[in-house]
Amino acid sequence: MELQEKVIKLVAEATKMDAANISLNTSFVDDLNLDSLDMVELMMKMEDTFGVEIPEDETENLKSIGDVVTYIKTKSH
Amino acid sequence: MIATYSDLKDKVILVTGAARGIGKSIALALAAQGAHVVFNYRGDEAKAAALKEELEQAGGKATGLKFDVTDYEAMTKALDEFTKNVAPISGLVNNAGISKDTLLLRLKPEEISSIIDTNLKGSMMVTQALSRNFLRAENVSIVNMSSIVGLMGNASQAAYAASKAGLIGFSKSVAKELASRNVRCNVICPGFIQTEMTDALNEKAKEEYSKQIPLARFGSTEEVASLTCFLLSKASGYMTGEVIKMDGGLYI
Repeated sequence: MELQEKVIKLVAEATKMDAANISLNTSFVDDLNLDSLDMVELMMKMEDTFGVEIPEDETENLKSIGDVVTYIKTKSH
Repeated sequence: MIATYSDLKDKVILVTGAARGIGKSIALALAAQGAHVVFNYRGDEAKAAALKEELEQAGGKATGLKFDVTDYEAMTKALDEFTKNVAPISGLVNNAGISKDTLLLRLKPEEISSIIDTNLKGSMMVTQALSRNFLRAENVSIVNMSSIVGLMGNASQAAYAASKAGLIGFSKSVAKELASRNVRCNVICPGFIQTEMTDALNEKAKEEYSKQIPLARFGSTEEVASLTCFLLSKASGYMTGEVIKMDGGLYI
């Protein structure tokens, strides 16, 4: 599975949304209605799954699924 | 007399300021329930080893971590190591506290700082340092040790009372912020409890104080420990943001 699909699958599970409705452009706040605590939890799941560290101040810049995919890609190389 | 709560068995609980007084009774009561008690100590390795042994003999597991509640860096490092390598912490008793009685007009800025730093900021920092861990743990319960003085005020204890009142606002905020994650946070406000702190009072002062207390005696550290066990257990699962006085009726 590609990284993008894995991220979408993880977000879909965490938010109980249909993965078909989530794309790279999906915004965590505007589309998924996540609050800041939801975001922290979601990022912790990303850390566990992809073995990268996502510092607290970085989370603020990660507004969409695409941002997270890009971040994980740059960090895992 | 302390009730047994089966869910406290093997629960990993950090108790700050467990070396003596109320904190020690709490640590012992939790150990007797079979909990894994984590305590911090500042430097005395021999005393820490003795406390660990005492807690194990009481029936629990025990781990001593070396940090001061005012040293955020050391605390974060010790707690991160423990929660990553040993187990998530699902109970926290912020009990470490100091007191220095001084009239307001003699109160020095550095005395205010040291009291606020230990009693209020220390508890806030320990809770903060563990907050990520709390999101991973289950049935988290935090108990903050305030004081009846935080509710009623007391002459010569302006800074102490302010720090203990501050803990109440802090606890209610934590309760609201983390309730959706089933993290609970409650406050105990002990009145006069028989400890080294109150043993230092002379007999006459003790008698005077007892006269103001409807139950006409000082409380025991075991009585505070008993309430703490209840609040850490799922037995109090629907309570959060609560402030409980345990003062023999002093502040009715």
